[in-house]
Amino acid sequence: MAQLLDPLLILVLALNFVALGVSRIRGVINAVALQGVVLGMFPLLVHPEIGLRGILLVVVTIALKGLVIPGFLVHAMREAQIQHEINPVVSFINSLLLGAFGTGLAMVFSYTLPLAEQHSNLLLVPASLSTVWTGFLLLTTRRKAIMQVVGYLLLENGIFLFGLLLLEAVPFLVEIGVLLDLFTGVFVMGIIIHHISREFASISTERLTELKE
Amino acid sequence: MIYLLILFPLLMAAVAFAVPSNRWRPWLLPFGALGQLGLVMAAIVQSGDGSALSGLGGWLLLDALGKVVLGFLTVLFALCSLYAPAYLAFRADRPNRVFCANLFAAMAMMTLVTLSHHLGLMWVAMEATTLASAPLLYFNQNARSLEATWKYLLIGSVGIALALLGSFFLAYSAIKAGLEPTLLFDELIDHAPQLSPPWLHAAFVLLFVGYGTKMGLAPMHTWKPDAYGEAPGIVGTLLAGGLTSCAFLAVLRSYQICRAGAEAEFARQLMIFIGLFSMAIAAVFMARQRDFKRMLAYSSVEHMGILVLGVGIGGLAVYGALLHLINNGLTKGVLFLSAGNIHRAYGSKRTDDVRGAIQRVPLSAALFLAGFLAITGSPPFAPFVSEFTIVNAAVGSGQFLAGGLFLLLLAIVFIGMGATVLGVVQGNVPERQKPNAFHDSIGTGLPILLFMALVLVLGIYIPSPLESLLREAAALLEVRR
Repeated sequence: MAQLLDPLLILVLALNFVALGVSRIRGVINAVALQGVVLGMFPLLVHPEIGLRGILLVVVTIALKGLVIPGFLVHAMREAQIQHEINPVVSFINSLLLGAFGTGLAMVFSYTLPLAEQHSNLLLVPASLSTVWTGFLLLTTRRKAIMQVVGYLLLENGIFLFGLLLLEAVPFLVEIGVLLDLFTGVFVMGIIIHHISREFASISTERLTELKE
Repeated sequence: MIYLLILFPLLMAAVAFAVPSNRWRPWLLPFGALGQLGLVMAAIVQSGDGSALSGLGGWLLLDALGKVVLGFLTVLFALCSLYAPAYLAFRADRPNRVFCANLFAAMAMMTLVTLSHHLGLMWVAMEATTLASAPLLYFNQNARSLEATWKYLLIGSVGIALALLGSFFLAYSAIKAGLEPTLLFDELIDHAPQLSPPWLHAAFVLLFVGYGTKMGLAPMHTWKPDAYGEAPGIVGTLLAGGLTSCAFLAVLRSYQICRAGAEAEFARQLMIFIGLFSMAIAAVFMARQRDFKRMLAYSSVEHMGILVLGVGIGGLAVYGALLHLINNGLTKGVLFLSAGNIHRAYGSKRTDDVRGAIQRVPLSAALFLAGFLAITGSPPFAPFVSEFTIVNAAVGSGQFLAGGLFLLLLAIVFIGMGATVLGVVQGNVPERQKPNAFHDSIGTGLPILLFMALVLVLGIYIPSPLESLLREAAALLEVRR
């Protein structure tokens, strides 16, 4: 099944670009949800003889990253009554260019990294670094609170990809803990988005400027 | 026993959540906190007899460093919880169910951080403290506290995410070296000399930046003035004294691995630089600060800088830094709680509105002034001892530049902070400031007095069990040259 890995990683990278280039928030959430489902299946591809424990992990990951968290974000989006990211700090075209630049850089950088031999040909490390980079781009260049949360999710997805290299080192309990933390994090952020939209009649974080020096 | 330390506050959180009465619920805090204090002290004494306290197959272990941080945390929490009933009675219009429950939950997670000997588990606990404390910041439920909570949550979570990547890099450095990958702290220490140096360096940088964000080291401190400025005083104390100490502990754990891997020199240089940089940023922003709670936040940035600087300097300064962790936290208790009282009495925390506090709330204002003198390192208060130890170690080991800059920045901070504090305490109350219902009372004054008493006592005399514990903990971090 390992030969499926690279095509799927390319799909993950493509979804990063969808997240960067689309202004419809629903579209971005769908892209991240699909990425979550794909990521959730990876443990099966990387370590086929993973056992019952691993299968449970796959199920929980797909459920959280693919269904529950995106569903929650869609709910928050409806409550706040917004559909589009308008006027981001960096335009959509430029964020795509930055994303492409970062992905290229991640590829080059991964070749220079002192990776262990069994990992030197994998796309996993560049895909991980590029997804982390995409997450940072969304976090810093989008004005809508909900898009920043999506950026945080992408950041975590990138870290998850790196984590696949050491599935034996990160025991089950911790993996589940990380996922649960992620979920509660998004949950708390969602509640705050709700409050922001009520308090400011908008969820643009540019309104959050009262506290400065 | 070790599980009880975590389960007891969690149980108290559930009880606090279940109690229906808004009026009686806050009284659970002192009871729960004193219970926790008893448990922790018993655990420290018990494991001091040579029988190590551990659980979950080595994932949990109470070592000397953990004892220092955990013991201090529980004392801090206990004193804060004594303050809580009076404060929450004054804010009786606000529901406090979530507030009380989350205080206990945050305490449980901070305890878990101090006990974790598995980097993954420690990460989970650290992130859980962020999540548990976010609703505490939002207690006032207005636009400003909302903004502060959002920044705290987002910046904190992103920082912690980097720390997770750092933990993974650490595990990967074992794979690269042909070892079985692990995140168990003690195994990492054992294998440290064989770990691949480039990955170890990268891991330390990420862990330091990640947990450093949570500590509020410059330049990752931007959430701090907002969060501490808007949080109630009691939450400010717990964040500035408790949560940051946990994050510091996480940084120390990463440093321990670096040290065992003979890469300490690199880590130390980084810590000295960031420590001095944090102090400098704090000194700049503290001068002419017109909001006295934000000023305290910058003071926290400064003292986090002092902590990592102390570890970076090494030798005796490590002992000084660990002592300073306690001294800074206790003094922050005095400052945040008395600042909270002054804030309540005036309904404002701007220095334009708040003058002559010594006339309106004499006890709180006097303690605020004394706290200022203590935190800036005036004798005979405790921070003087720890800061002096650090300077002494810097000069003694020939690191004159770091020591000199440290002293210079301390002096600048003293002047900048002094201008604001004296302006608040002295002078005449502005005419437009009408008196309100808040005045000094036993409930809001006694806990601060207790904090102050501890700061004074530790400045004059360090009990020998504490001293030997601190030495034992410092030995875990010392670099042999």
